[in-house]
Amino acid sequence: MSFNIVVLAKQVPDTRNVGKDAMKADGTVNRAALPAIYNPEDLNALEQALRLKSKIGDATVQVLTMGPARAAEIIRESMYRGADGGFLLSGREFAGSDTLATSYALAAAIRRIGKVDLIISGRQAIDGDTAQVGPQVAEKLGLPQITYAEEILDLSNGTITVRRRLERGVEVVKGPLPMVVTVNGSAAPCRPRHAKLTLKYKNAMSVSEQQASSTDYTDTYHTFTIPEWGVADIEHEAQWLGLSGSPTKVKQIESVVFTAKESKQLTAADTDIEELIKELIANHTIG
Amino acid sequence: MNYYSNNPALKFQLSHPLMQKIVTLREQNFNEKDLFDFAPKDFEDAIDNYERVMEIVGEIAAEIIAPNAEGVDKEGPQVINNRVIYARGTQENHDALTQAGLYGMSLPRAYGGLNFPLTPYVMSGEIVSRADAGFANIWGLQDCAETIAEFADEETKKEFLPRVCEGATCSMDLTEPDAGSDLQAVQLKATYNEHDGVWYLNGVKRFITNGDAQIKLVLARSEEGSADARGLSYFVADNNFDHTIKVRRIENKLGIKGSPTCELVFTNTPARLVGSRRMGLIKYVMSLMNGARLGVGAQSVGVSQAAYDEALAYARDRRQFGKAIIEFPAVYEMLSMIKAKLEATRALLYETARFVDIYKAYEAIESTRKLTPEERADYKEYQKLADAFTPILKMFASEYANQNAYDSIQVHGGSGFMKDYACERIYRDARILTIYEGTSQLQTVAAIRHVTTGNYLKQIRYYQEQPISPEFNSFKKRLDSMITLYENAVNRVVDSKNPEYIDFQARRVVEMAGHIIMCYLLLIDATRDSMFSKSAEIYLKFAEVEVRKHATYIKHFEVDQIDKYRMV
Repeated sequence: MSFNIVVLAKQVPDTRNVGKDAMKADGTVNRAALPAIYNPEDLNALEQALRLKSKIGDATVQVLTMGPARAAEIIRESMYRGADGGFLLSGREFAGSDTLATSYALAAAIRRIGKVDLIISGRQAIDGDTAQVGPQVAEKLGLPQITYAEEILDLSNGTITVRRRLERGVEVVKGPLPMVVTVNGSAAPCRPRHAKLTLKYKNAMSVSEQQASSTDYTDTYHTFTIPEWGVADIEHEAQWLGLSGSPTKVKQIESVVFTAKESKQLTAADTDIEELIKELIANHTIG
Repeated sequence: MNYYSNNPALKFQLSHPLMQKIVTLREQNFNEKDLFDFAPKDFEDAIDNYERVMEIVGEIAAEIIAPNAEGVDKEGPQVINNRVIYARGTQENHDALTQAGLYGMSLPRAYGGLNFPLTPYVMSGEIVSRADAGFANIWGLQDCAETIAEFADEETKKEFLPRVCEGATCSMDLTEPDAGSDLQAVQLKATYNEHDGVWYLNGVKRFITNGDAQIKLVLARSEEGSADARGLSYFVADNNFDHTIKVRRIENKLGIKGSPTCELVFTNTPARLVGSRRMGLIKYVMSLMNGARLGVGAQSVGVSQAAYDEALAYARDRRQFGKAIIEFPAVYEMLSMIKAKLEATRALLYETARFVDIYKAYEAIESTRKLTPEERADYKEYQKLADAFTPILKMFASEYANQNAYDSIQVHGGSGFMKDYACERIYRDARILTIYEGTSQLQTVAAIRHVTTGNYLKQIRYYQEQPISPEFNSFKKRLDSMITLYENAVNRVVDSKNPEYIDFQARRVVEMAGHIIMCYLLLIDATRDSMFSKSAEIYLKFAEVEVRKHATYIKHFEVDQIDKYRMV
């Protein structure tokens, strides 16, 4: 029986290269000004999944993403790199989800997928930086989890061996399947898009994308429909979804603007230099 | 960053009107759409495919190859136990392009390729070169597969082509210590063994780019006792790393340091004949060389682009006398000249690529059925144009890449002379471009017959007829007088009936033709898209003076005056 891997991936605003118009006057992110990209650590997760697939042979990699219709791009991008397919979880009811509501919806969708042997996601997304969704999904599904994974070293006899990247070193741990693994940004970068897969799946679309497009799909070659699930497709209780399922409330947002940099005079004495080193370690500039 | 999508001039070239003809010929009614799930169904689908794949190339070039370039230049390849070990970055670049399924882009789908025309393939060469000109050699040597696809038998194609698509590296082993520009002097011996029916290679090759490649095309002397080109045949050898091919040393070079240049010793290396005996140099190498020259054209344009990128960024950033140096006329003139030369040679590059594309497509069709008389005439016409344009492209693009790299350092001032900025590497990398795959002087030799037979003039007349936006009317008149100067100069040179005098003046008349052609190409491009208007005007101003300079030189030069130049 095939080994089924599900990758959790998120489409995020590219917060790495922010310009002047990245924030709106009210202090919230101006999503229109930032290109939507594949969350970087989710790409690391996808690479681990694809490596595992080629190692095992009889395995599938499916990508699950929650977001608006345009998030189908995440599934396509995954397929260009070798994923077998994916599921888009989309609908108004999911809007405003914090990590708790997100993990509730994702866990429900994973139950709907059926037999899943391994769930891999990025450690955290660059828009929220919480690192909570992966662990929460594991809790909701009652599965063990390995976080901060850098490389999946081995998989045999229902046991997975993973190297974790921790603050002061690495550790190798083992755990039973099924399992949730969250992958750190220090893991191998994701492979590039493959030319033939890109041409093969470029017309892959979710149902709502097909409806919005002017192309007549009865006459199109090489089409592939990305399954799109709404709230009705997963088993759920409405109170745990979207805004109502999200206890996180934003109280205040502060825009921090760097002004003049302080300067400090040091003598060449060893004590001064030691003090500086201590200070830099204390404020995490080094070490 | 993406070196395809951040350069609208590339998309512009893929939208050229001739692309319709190229795609139609290449895809033959799009009949492979039912056989391969990545084959296009119509023209728009095909162009969309090219763009998507160029985006992958552009991303790998900008995100992987360019950041690796400095390290590769410093580290370079090394020889351990007669084997070449690439610099770490070189291997990473190659692995990324392999993983992306980009090798073998222009090979038929049946052998694992994408069946792309040469135009997008040439574009990938430009994009890769912009990131690292040295690495572009390892990428570009897949041209060898093109030659196998064209001339080898089915068995050989099936054996080697899918491997190229899976990332097997290639090399073309032509030159030897005493056979550089003069390949007729090749001595490496090929002996046929009647017992096992295999050819064996013995001898030495020198200056072989990527010489430890897995698949090698070797020019060798198959006819015992022969001394000229007619005794040479073409072979494909599988480098099994079993020490029948040894890397004796690699050269320590001025530039393109990541690209290993090897001296090789062949000892009873088994090989397979490609095509017919005795046709090695005469037919196959000439075909390979034309492809390689187009490749160097693309490499040169990529280098010019890199030189421009670096100069522009520095000039915007660097402040002197209270303002950015880009605001000073002496600096912005240099920058706009780099850009004009870059855009002129890019226009020439893709015009040439399109000509090659069309005739190669006819060639492929001819191997499956007889061409109609009209098709045959068209085929010959484009083959002639490709032959005529390839040497002027190679010459101008490589010379301008050097001038642009030189000016890029000049814009940087003293900082540009230091190892801290990329422009010094670009300058060193550029230097080989006017030399390998035939020096600029040899490009002149290949081009001059198209001057004397009037092929360039005929094509110039064709461009003269093309619709040009009315804003460029005054340019047309100036071009008319440049054509008159060219015709007069050509007549004066040809009328001498003195071969040495014709050789002496060849470079000048060839350059005159090239300048006029590039002016027209820029005007035609600027008529389609105003983003080229500035460069069209700037290049025309420059070319006009160059044409007049050569015209004056030739006009006042008597045949017997060449005696004064003769050194022996």
